[in-house]
Amino acid sequence: MGDSPDSAAITVEGLWKIFGSRAQKVLDSEDRHLEPAALREKTGCTAAVRNVSFAVRPGEVFVVMGLSGSGKSTLVRCLTRLIEPTAGEIRIGGEDIGRASPARLREIRRHQVSMVFQHFGLLPHRKVIDNVAYGLEIQGTPKAARHARAAEILSLVGLDGYADAYPDQLSGGMQQRVGLARALAVDPQVMLFDEPFSALDPLIRRDMQAEVIRLHREVGKTMVFITHDLSEALKLGERIAIMRAGSIVQLGTAEELVGAPADDYVADFVRDVPRSHVLTLRWISRAPEPGEPLDGPEIAAGTVIKDAIAVASASSRPIKVVDDGELVGVVDRVDLLTFLSGQDIAVKAGA
Amino acid sequence: MSTTTAVGTPSRLGLPKWAAPAGVAVVFVAAYLVFRGTGTLPHDKEAPQFLAVTDLREWIDDHRNDNPLFLYFLNYIRLFVGALYDLFQTVLHALGWPGITGVMGALAWLAGGWRIGLLAVAGVSAFGFLGLWQHSVDTLALVAVAVLLSLAIGIPIGVWAGLSGRVRRAVTPVLDVMQIMPTFAYLAPLALFFHIGAPAGAIATMIYSIPPAIRITALAISGVSPTAVEASSSLGATRWQTLFKVYLPLARSTMALAINQTIMMALSMVVIANLISAPGLGEEIIRGLSRAQVGIMLPAGVAIVIMAVMLDRMMMAIARRGPHTKPSKIDLVGAGVLGAGGLVLIPVLPGEWPESWTVNVVAEVNDAVLWAETTWYPVTTFIKDFTTYALLNPLEGLLTSAPWWLVALAVLAVAWRVSGVRPALIALGCLLAIALLGTWEHAMQTMTTVAVAVLATLVIGLLLGVAAARSPRFSAVQRPLLDAAQTMPAFVYLLPALALFETTRFTAIFASIIYAVPPVVRLVEDGIKAVPAEVVEAATSAGSTPGQLLWKVQLPMARRAILLAANQGIVMTLAMVVVGGLVGAGALGYDVVLGFSQRTDFGLGFVAGIATVLLGVMLDRITQGADRRPSPRKRMST
Ligand SMILES: Nc1ncnc2c1ncn2[C@@H]1O[C@H](COP(=O)(O)OP(=O)(O)OP(=O)(O)O)[C@@H](O)[C@H]1O
Ligand SMILES: [Mg+2]
Repeated sequence: MGDSPDSAAITVEGLWKIFGSRAQKVLDSEDRHLEPAALREKTGCTAAVRNVSFAVRPGEVFVVMGLSGSGKSTLVRCLTRLIEPTAGEIRIGGEDIGRASPARLREIRRHQVSMVFQHFGLLPHRKVIDNVAYGLEIQGTPKAARHARAAEILSLVGLDGYADAYPDQLSGGMQQRVGLARALAVDPQVMLFDEPFSALDPLIRRDMQAEVIRLHREVGKTMVFITHDLSEALKLGERIAIMRAGSIVQLGTAEELVGAPADDYVADFVRDVPRSHVLTLRWISRAPEPGEPLDGPEIAAGTVIKDAIAVASASSRPIKVVDDGELVGVVDRVDLLTFLSGQDIAVKAGA
Repeated sequence: MSTTTAVGTPSRLGLPKWAAPAGVAVVFVAAYLVFRGTGTLPHDKEAPQFLAVTDLREWIDDHRNDNPLFLYFLNYIRLFVGALYDLFQTVLHALGWPGITGVMGALAWLAGGWRIGLLAVAGVSAFGFLGLWQHSVDTLALVAVAVLLSLAIGIPIGVWAGLSGRVRRAVTPVLDVMQIMPTFAYLAPLALFFHIGAPAGAIATMIYSIPPAIRITALAISGVSPTAVEASSSLGATRWQTLFKVYLPLARSTMALAINQTIMMALSMVVIANLISAPGLGEEIIRGLSRAQVGIMLPAGVAIVIMAVMLDRMMMAIARRGPHTKPSKIDLVGAGVLGAGGLVLIPVLPGEWPESWTVNVVAEVNDAVLWAETTWYPVTTFIKDFTTYALLNPLEGLLTSAPWWLVALAVLAVAWRVSGVRPALIALGCLLAIALLGTWEHAMQTMTTVAVAVLATLVIGLLLGVAAARSPRFSAVQRPLLDAAQTMPAFVYLLPALALFETTRFTAIFASIIYAVPPVVRLVEDGIKAVPAEVVEAATSAGSTPGQLLWKVQLPMARRAILLAANQGIVMTLAMVVVGGLVGAGALGYDVVLGFSQRTDFGLGFVAGIATVLLGVMLDRITQGADRRPSPRKRMST
């Protein structure tokens, strides 16, 4: 991963969560290696998160993806012990969450980590402004101060003028903006999103994704974002972890997942992604053949393939792919066409 | 049971399905014919266990002020409740009728707008108008104390049960038993521990009305959206913060229903509590019942109904209100003026309702009842005699002349068949305990009355329920009547029964029928309406006549609802039949009443109260399969 744990915003080491009365016993036995279905059959316990480790860099958007039931929600709730993990170590900002006392844990939840939920979790008996100010209220912030802060956040998420409405008077998208504002109001360092947009219709979902990208640019929080929508993951995530049956099967950039899926499950997941939108020239560049002209246009190796097409159509010379001014290979029109036609399944492994 | 199975599955021997039950029935008949008259347990009024309880009461009454349990614990509770009652009574009397009218009107206005406010003003005035001001205020104070205590105990327990599955599992069986306990059964033990009078009455009322406070609160709390709760803890709220800022506000409207139910239960009990000398409207009603004078009862009954309707409308208005609607300015001003007006008038107007503004209808009502009795004499006598000679007497003869072990075996067999092994064993245990207590014969008599009443209730309930399910217009007419019937305190139903049938065994049967029919109708109607429309459509398109549709599709598929209706009907009927002891139903109910009026029979009454509870649990377990056993529909689809 390349990060030393100290510089990371969140590190998770060997995290397990097993639901059921005999969780600890299962964890200590060999049963823990069983497939979830077999485990449930044998012991009645469900292993929702199995030996998961990863690190999230400060300011990064880290996406966790997986099918329904793969343990995403459980994983993200274990981070602040909304669900008590069965085993493993979690550090947020260097602090060991597992050892935090209940009071300390509340402090962390109040000031450092906040969460946005799939079904919003708004309080219907409170006005929008009081929903947004809820986190501050339970910290004991005086009313005037918390309302001022809430109003500020409301305009940040584009809900000016709705302060005195009640949640059920808003559309789903606007309700989730309130959820977002509530999480932002306490000014946390880390924000957790559990499928925040799954309950919204596609157009609104796109707006909200843009909103999150904008907010991330403006406020620069570390974000852990759960989704089961691949296009959402690709749009938002710097790195993506793919979960299956409680384990992370692959962790990497979108490019790595699409270019080099670790197994069939991941390959299946990314099959419908237009690869030319994700992969860069690095994946298809090749060593120049002897006698091939090297006077064509130069493009950086990190350029997405789709963007190289325009260049290739303007010039018939092979494109020179450069990294830091150094030539790493060439790509000509035939290469591009072969790739686009989908013939070229075997892209170069690794990056 | 077996006839309702849609597809008959022939047994292994190729016999029809009804062969086994029929065979068992034949064996029972044969056994009865052979052993009739042996092994009976005749009633003995002087049985040692009754005398022992009577002696215990004498002992307690002598040592109430020197035994530590009483001196340091029970007497304090009694004193505390008594002081609370005195406080309420003093305040209410200090308010006088102008004050009470103003304050109640204002509260009702705030709860549900000016219409409800007007209803409250009219309701409170009616207490005075009926000449029952004093009694009504006492009842109001008693109900207030009982409800307050019920809520003070019930809501915390309910919240706890709503939050913790373990607590809920511990509490539920206790509540189940409490809810099938007839009102009467609470009185004697309370008289034993808390003496008689207003405090004992308030405590009895409190205990009786606590189950809905706990149950519905638990339901409300466990129904709160888990995401809202999680969102709150994710922001670092403490458990108390989440409780007060999330759980309680979100559970508010359901909890208003809990309070409403608690009040309604309290209003039923507060009248009966007069048997242990609790003051209030119950005095008039019990006096009227014991003298069989409808004229005395009717105004008090009307006053109780008015009180129930008034409080019910207020609480329902609160329950129905949206999560964030607040009373408008006009409402606030109106209510304020009304309340302040009432308070200002306190020194001006007399606190007691003026005598000259009351109507006295005792004589007129008694005359009207007499007229009704004589005019309808042929009809009512025919009904009464027919049920008595055709149903009650033969069945009672059968149950009291059969050997006890045969009855026990029959109960075991039926309960096993309908509800399964465990309930059957519990039912058997209850029956054996009844025998050991020495109340066998009276229990059998009460059971006879219950059986006949339940039979009639089910027939009427099924007819009306089916009619309502098939005709929306009929349903629309019937619904408001059912709603009204279900807010009325139980013994109100004794009034028309008494007016028509005087004091006989049949009076209690009639009262329990009109008491238990509404919920049965409702369950049947809902059960039939819940049959999926596609199924009805499919049957109709296959050419079923409406009758075939009913018998072959709707009734079998509504089987669960109908069994549940039977279960409810039985529990309610038993409660009423026991209260019917006041108006000539005899048996256990009469024993209980006797226990209160005659000191020497206290033991008999006490034990009879226990026997009614056992009988209730037994009948409930026998029919409880309604909830548990899969319906044929389920069995077929699995
Ligand atoms: N409280 C619980 N008790 C027992 N099992 C649970 C509990 N919560 C979750 N599980 C089980 O853990 C597994 C993972 O659930 P989780 O909710 O984390 O999945 P998910 O990936 O978030 O799915 P979805 O996309 O549907 O939200 C599932 O098999 C689920 O049944
Ligand atoms: Mg989930």
